[in-house]
Amino acid sequence: MIKSFLNKLGFASARFAGGITPDMCKWTESSAIEDCPLPPLFIVPIKQHIGQACTPLVQIGDLVLRGQKIAKSEGYLSVPIHAPTSGKVIKIEEHAIPHPSGMGLTSIFIEPDGKDVRDTSLIPMDNWQAIDPAELRERVRLCGITGLGGAAFPTFIKLLKDKRNPIETVILNGVECEPFLTNDHRLMLEHSDEIMHGLQIIMHMVGAKKAIIAIEDNKSDAVNAMQQAVSSTGNDAISVASLPTRYPQGGEKQLIESLTGKQVPAGKLPMHIGVLCQNVGTVKAIDDAVMLGHAITDRIITVSGDAAPKPANMRVRLGTPMRFIYAQCGLENFDGIQILHGGPMMGERMRHPDIPVIKSSTGLLAIRDTRMKAVHQVEDPCIRCGHCSEVCPISLVPNLLADHCRNDQLEKAADYDLFDCIECGACSYVCPSHIPLVHYFRYGKGQTAQVRREQSFAEASRLRSESRDARLQREKDEKAAKRRKVRDTLRSESVLNPDNNSAPKSTTKTEGKE
Amino acid sequence: MEQLLYATLSLGAFALIAGIVLAIASKVFHIEGDPLSDKIDALLPQTQCGQCGFPGCRPYANAVAGGEADVNHCVPGGERTMLSIADLMGVEPKALEEEESVPVVAFVREDECIGCTLCIKACPVDAIIGAPKQYHTVVADHCTGCVLCLEPCPVDCIDMIQKPELLEHWSWPLPDTERAQLGAERRESHHD
Ligand code: SF4
Ligand code: SF4
Ligand code: SF4
Ligand code: SF4
Repeated sequence: MIKSFLNKLGFASARFAGGITPDMCKWTESSAIEDCPLPPLFIVPIKQHIGQACTPLVQIGDLVLRGQKIAKSEGYLSVPIHAPTSGKVIKIEEHAIPHPSGMGLTSIFIEPDGKDVRDTSLIPMDNWQAIDPAELRERVRLCGITGLGGAAFPTFIKLLKDKRNPIETVILNGVECEPFLTNDHRLMLEHSDEIMHGLQIIMHMVGAKKAIIAIEDNKSDAVNAMQQAVSSTGNDAISVASLPTRYPQGGEKQLIESLTGKQVPAGKLPMHIGVLCQNVGTVKAIDDAVMLGHAITDRIITVSGDAAPKPANMRVRLGTPMRFIYAQCGLENFDGIQILHGGPMMGERMRHPDIPVIKSSTGLLAIRDTRMKAVHQVEDPCIRCGHCSEVCPISLVPNLLADHCRNDQLEKAADYDLFDCIECGACSYVCPSHIPLVHYFRYGKGQTAQVRREQSFAEASRLRSESRDARLQREKDEKAAKRRKVRDTLRSESVLNPDNNSAPKSTTKTEGKE
Repeated sequence: MEQLLYATLSLGAFALIAGIVLAIASKVFHIEGDPLSDKIDALLPQTQCGQCGFPGCRPYANAVAGGEADVNHCVPGGERTMLSIADLMGVEPKALEEEESVPVVAFVREDECIGCTLCIKACPVDAIIGAPKQYHTVVADHCTGCVLCLEPCPVDCIDMIQKPELLEHWSWPLPDTERAQLGAERRESHHD
C-alpha cells in the first residue's frame, strides 16, 4: 500500500518484495568460455521452446548443413529447429528430452561429418537500420531464436511493434541470479560489443526510446564491460544499472519492479506497461541472426556442481548429449550423483545423462546425492515461522498454499493465487522444516490444469451429446410430420372422392403404412 | 368490536394481495429445470457410457438430485467426481464400486470395416465419421471411451486403445517425502 503510494509519487523502491541471498557458488566466473567439441552423435528434439512442436523436414539419409532448417514450425507459438552441424540424418525417433517427466519426444539424430559447413542461405542484414522491423522480426523467427534465459519463449513474438502497447523501455537482463550459473556473466565480458549491437537492433525493432542493462553487483567486471560498450556507442538512451545481489532479482517481473518501481499486474505481460525484457544471450543470438545470418545452433552453458571435477563455461551445440558435456568436465561416473538441468533453484532433476541439451539449457549441475537427499527427502511439519511468506517475491503465503495443494483443495489454492507463484523456490530454500513447497505448487498447478482440461472436454462432450439428441429428435419429428401429412392428404382425397376407385395404389400404400 | 372487524378485514385484504403478488411472481420468475441436477450434471464427465445404470449422465444427475441414486456410481468420473458430488449434496463420500480404469479411445481397423454405419448410430457424442459402405473412423479427440460402439459392430473391427500420454498433459506428482505420501494414503483410507 505504502509502496504503491510512493511509486505513484515517483519514488521507485528499487527493490522487489521478499527474496533471499543464497550462497552463490559462482565458481566458474573467471573461466573463459571454451568450445565444447562435436559429439559423435547429435540428438535434436523437434521442440525446444514453449509452444507447438515442429514437423521434421528431413528424412533418414539426408545430408544437412550447420544452421539448415530441419524441422518447420507449426502454428504461431513455434520456431523452427536447425541442424547443429553438417552431417547425415541417421534416424528420426523418440528420445528422452530435458523434461521433469523423463518422457520422450521425436528427435532427429545427426551424425557429424566433421567438416562443420554452414548453411549460408540467409544473407546478413548489415543495413538493419534501413530495414522494416517486420522483416527483422521474421529473421529472428526464421533463425529459431527463443529466450535463452531458460524460459524458451519464442522471441519474435515479444518483438512486435504494436501501437496499442508501445514499448518505452527495453530491459536487458544480465542479472543471472541463480547460484552456480555464470554463462551470462562470461558472455557479457567476452561479447559485450555484440550484445550492445543486438540491443540497438531490438530498440530499432520495437521503437523503444530507452534501454537499461541490468546486472547484479556481484559481477562488477561485467558492469564495467557493459558500461564501456555503452560509452563506445555514444548512445545516451542506454544505461547500465547495478542491482543488489538478491534472488530472484532476474525474474522478469521482479526485475521490472526493481528498475521502474512499476508492477506488472497479475495476468498481464510486461508489454502492457511498456517494457520489453530480453536476456543477454538472446540479444547476442539476435545480433548473430541479423548481422551474420546465423540460425541458433549453439549456446553457452555453465557446467558446475560439487561433483563436477572441472567446472567450466562452454559453448555447446544444441543437441549435444549431457553425458558428452560432463565428460569434457571430467565427470564420467554418475553413481551417487544427481543431474540438474538449469540452476539449483529452478532447475529440474534429470533421471540420466543421456539427454541432449536444448535452447533452454542454461546450466548443467552435478550434485552429490548426500547433499540433495538432506534437502529433498525429509519433510517435517510446518512450524508456522513465516519465513516462506517473508521471502516470497509475490507476497504469497506458501505454507497455506502447500496445505491446500497437498490436500487437493485446488479451488482454495487458486483463490490464494497459486497461479501467480513463479516457482522461484525461495520459500523452499528458507523453510526450516524442509517442506518441498515449490514441488507442492507444481503438483497443485498440474492437477488444476488437468481438472480444467477434463471439464472443458466434458463440456464439449455434453454439447455434442445434446446436439445429437436434438438432431435425432428432429429427425423423428420430421418423419412423424411427413407421415401425418401423407395420411392427411390421402384421407382428404378419399373424403372428396368417396367412390373413386381409380387410385387403388395410394389406398394400398396408406394401408401398408398404418 | 368494530375495531376488531376493521383489523381482521384489513389484514385479510393485505394477505390476499400478498398472495396474488407471490403467485404472479412465482409464475414470472419460474426457473426452468432443476438447478441441483444441473449442478450435478456439470460435475459428470459426460462420457454417456451408462455404466452408472442410467442411460447417460443427465439421467444419472436427475436421479442423484432426486435422492434415487448414490453419489458413487459414475465409473469414468472416479474418485474426484464422487467427492465433488458428495460435497455438493452435503452427504458422506462413498467408496467407488469399480476401479478407475486407464483412459481409452476407440480405434476402427479400417481395412476390416464394412461401412455398416451401426457404430455411428451407437456413439452418443458423434465421435465417429463415415458413410454407408465407406471406411469409418473415430475422431480420437472427441471419443470419450464409452465402449458403446464395440457391441453393435458386426465384424468386431473396433478396438479400445490406451489414450496416448501427451507430454503437454504431464503433471507433477506429489513430492516423494513421507509426509506427502502419508497425506495421500490417509485420503485413500478415508474413502474405503
Ligand atoms: S516459489 Fe512461489 S510461493 Fe515460493 S517464494 Fe517463489 S513465488 Fe513465492
Ligand atoms: S457412468 Fe458417469 S459418465 Fe457414464 S453415463 Fe453414468 S454419469 Fe455419465
Ligand atoms: S467412438 Fe465409441 S467409445 Fe468413443 S465415444 Fe463414440 S461410442 Fe464411445
Ligand atoms: S460397426 Fe464397424 S463395420 Fe460397422 S460401420 Fe462401424 S466400424 Fe464399420
